[in-house]
Amino acid sequence: MESTKSIRETVRRNINSKKNKRMEKLMPGVLLATALISVLTTLGIVVTLLIDAYKFFEAVPFLEIFSTKLAPLAAEPSFGILPLINATIMTSVIAMFVAIPIGLTAALYLSEFASDKQRKVLKPMLELLAGIPTIVYGFFAYSFVTPFLMKLIPSLGAKNALSPGIVMGIMIIPLVASLSEDAMSAVPNSMREGALALGSTKLEVSIKVIIPAAISGIIASFVLAISRAVGETMVVTIASGSAKNFTFDITRSMQTMTAYIVEFTSGDAGSGTIGYYSLYAVGFLLFVFTLLMNMFAHRIAKKFREEY
Amino acid sequence: MQGTKTIQVKDSIGPAKSVSDSKQIRNRIVVNFIAERIFLVSTVSALAVLGVLIYRIITQSIGWLDLNFLTGKLSIFPEKAGIFGVITGTVMLMLVVIPVTVSLGTATAVFLEEYAKKGRVQTLIQTNISNLAGVPSVIFGLLGLTVFGRIFNLGSSVLAGGLTMSLLVLPIVVVASQEAIRAVPGYLRDASYAMGATKWITIKKIVLPTALPGILTGTILAISRAIGETAPLIVLGIPALILRTPSNFMDDFTALPVQIYYWTLDTVLTKEYANLAASTIIVLLVILFIMNSFAIIIRNKYQKRY
Repeated sequence: MESTKSIRETVRRNINSKKNKRMEKLMPGVLLATALISVLTTLGIVVTLLIDAYKFFEAVPFLEIFSTKLAPLAAEPSFGILPLINATIMTSVIAMFVAIPIGLTAALYLSEFASDKQRKVLKPMLELLAGIPTIVYGFFAYSFVTPFLMKLIPSLGAKNALSPGIVMGIMIIPLVASLSEDAMSAVPNSMREGALALGSTKLEVSIKVIIPAAISGIIASFVLAISRAVGETMVVTIASGSAKNFTFDITRSMQTMTAYIVEFTSGDAGSGTIGYYSLYAVGFLLFVFTLLMNMFAHRIAKKFREEY
Repeated sequence: MQGTKTIQVKDSIGPAKSVSDSKQIRNRIVVNFIAERIFLVSTVSALAVLGVLIYRIITQSIGWLDLNFLTGKLSIFPEKAGIFGVITGTVMLMLVVIPVTVSLGTATAVFLEEYAKKGRVQTLIQTNISNLAGVPSVIFGLLGLTVFGRIFNLGSSVLAGGLTMSLLVLPIVVVASQEAIRAVPGYLRDASYAMGATKWITIKKIVLPTALPGILTGTILAISRAIGETAPLIVLGIPALILRTPSNFMDDFTALPVQIYYWTLDTVLTKEYANLAASTIIVLLVILFIMNSFAIIIRNKYQKRY
């Protein structure tokens, strides 16, 4: 009796508490306001980039932007963006040549071939690779991979596109591997067992059943990997240098879009110059590129999730 | 009847009848075996790089990483240089990032999971967060430079760096907290409502304490991302000068990754800077390793599955 009474009292006290009622009205608004900060961040990015990028496009003739000459600090500055875009594509393509084959085979091995014991060891170690800060990879590319490659390719410059490309690829392997593996593990076991029961080897199951069934997740992981490579900053800034060459020769130094932003903000251009505004134009382009790729990846991945 | 059926099956897909069939099967098995080995080698090769990386950095830091290095001040002379001020910079940066991301991240997650009705606002915030997670960090640097550096006039202070970094890692905390909140079983909530508790009281006293380990794990992962992130700080304009140890949040500062960056760039001038960079990397990696171990311990020990 005693306890029922006290419970009832607690309930009554809870229901009638004025403070509780006030909080109940207040909290949704407060929480909504904080949740909107993330939306404000996106808006902030778009607005700050657009305002200063606009000043750039106003000051520079449209055709000049699509030229291959970039010399922001010259007496007669030229603002062709193609060298930056070219360098970004070159380093990203090299990275994909490393990340996609190794990432995909690692995913296949972990999902289809590895024993539980092996998976328990290999997976966390791959995650370790993903947890290392990019600056460490930059140091590694510049102080180890470049000198190492110089022994193989004597004409390689101290700063070049090849070494950061490779290192960026290694850095992205865990991303490709874990996302692809998620997609492969989501393929229902019945399909796997069906193919095995018909006498397929594990390799045949992987190639003819698992990859086709998980293809949208796998492609999504590739797209996200490209987006990561395009947005990656420190490795290319350190190891690819700041030469504004428009070249397809990957043994030479070239500057990516991200590296341009870093070089220019660390003190070269004063606020208010065209060079300073060009930073935001490049930033805006980079933002749009990566955003489109990420949205594309999410869309494919979502489609895939609905299939099973 | 049954007998004939078995024979029929054997006829259509039965085991190898001729020598060529059995050869083909053997080939398929061999190809499968070779492929398995290649896949394994490719997986292990990625890890071998990790081994080389760590080995190289350790050998480069030997003889340089000692107590004087950890407690000394920055100097242009490599033999005298120490990173006490740099470690202080990173710690102060985290003192800004931790409270800001934890409060904003948890509040956003609570709103999305508990209050938001399925609809436009919820979809808007949710998509926005997943898109924000994919924005390159250097772009956050530009945002910080304009908004915190110029408009709020915070320059390249600890506060400006911390706020920029908070926005960068916010999505990580939000997503982790959302998952933790979603995992709180409905009956705990129902029990609380049955006692006459209001929604907010239920969230405060039941949902958040139960979800705490998950939220903590996410926060630690976010913080370790923030500790290693370089680009936004450099874009904010942290000078490559020899700075005093920062003493308040408006001071200019340098953090571990930033110092690694400048030392790596300057190896062209002074070779020994590579050793200093390697030693600083060891310090950074040890900090990250300790933090991640904590995250794993918390996850394994306190996260109950309902």
